[in-house]
Amino acid sequence: MSGQRAKKKFLYVNRKAPYGSIYALESLEVVLIGAAFEQEVSLAFLDDGVYQLMAGQDTAGVGMKNFSKTYKALGDYEVRKLYVETEALAERGLSLADLQEITWEDEEEDYAEKPSILLVDRAEMTRLIAAQDVVLSF
Amino acid sequence: MRFAIVVNEGPYTHQASDSAYRFAKAVLEKGHEIFRVFFYHDGVNNGTRYTVPPQDDRNLQKLWSELAEAHKLDLVVCIAAAQRRGVLDANEAKRQGKDGDNIAPGFRISGLGQLIEAGIEADRLVTFGD
Repeated sequence: MSGQRAKKKFLYVNRKAPYGSIYALESLEVVLIGAAFEQEVSLAFLDDGVYQLMAGQDTAGVGMKNFSKTYKALGDYEVRKLYVETEALAERGLSLADLQEITWEDEEEDYAEKPSILLVDRAEMTRLIAAQDVVLSF
Repeated sequence: MRFAIVVNEGPYTHQASDSAYRFAKAVLEKGHEIFRVFFYHDGVNNGTRYTVPPQDDRNLQKLWSELAEAHKLDLVVCIAAAQRRGVLDANEAKRQGKDGDNIAPGFRISGLGQLIEAGIEADRLVTFGD
């Protein structure tokens, strides 16, 4: 692995809806495996990718595995920053209230539950992406 | 400079594999190093030796295998993605009770950690996808 080297900033960019293609599911698989490497990880959700975080997903009708609960477990993998683009939500008639509540436990503040979802506008998202060492786009 | 390349689409349906191949060649011609090429999603389908494209078309699997041979490239196919899509090496075929394997020469099957490691070790990680 990386030995004594400084951590790198990894950003996983999720751009596609969760069940119409496999990108969302296989992106999550990378995030979960990547957590073992102790890098500085954050996720971005833009375009149709914001649908991945929708509350109340029900996949019974399409016969696929509902993996939406996995996002709620990301805090346990030290993945605490899920940046969601406000314009992408608005363009789809969505708001933060339509998304799952996802939190992480801050051990430095007596395991207080803190929100993982952070709303950022498109300009801020651009700056965020530019500040990364490694961007994996799905 | 040290590059890592990610190929996220299979051959022919998308241009991603063609573009990645051309990029890899250009990188090597300029004297740079390729730490690894990682095949993910349908990209794993670049690594089956059973593709038989028409003779007047390019054979992407062969092109990758030849490039790997000439430059000692590390072509890694993601094991989880490969199992979903029926790309197996001899070990995996045996382990899964399948009657044959299809991994192409120069490719090897390994885990997603290899992708993260490539991101860590390379100066630039370049993704080719849809």
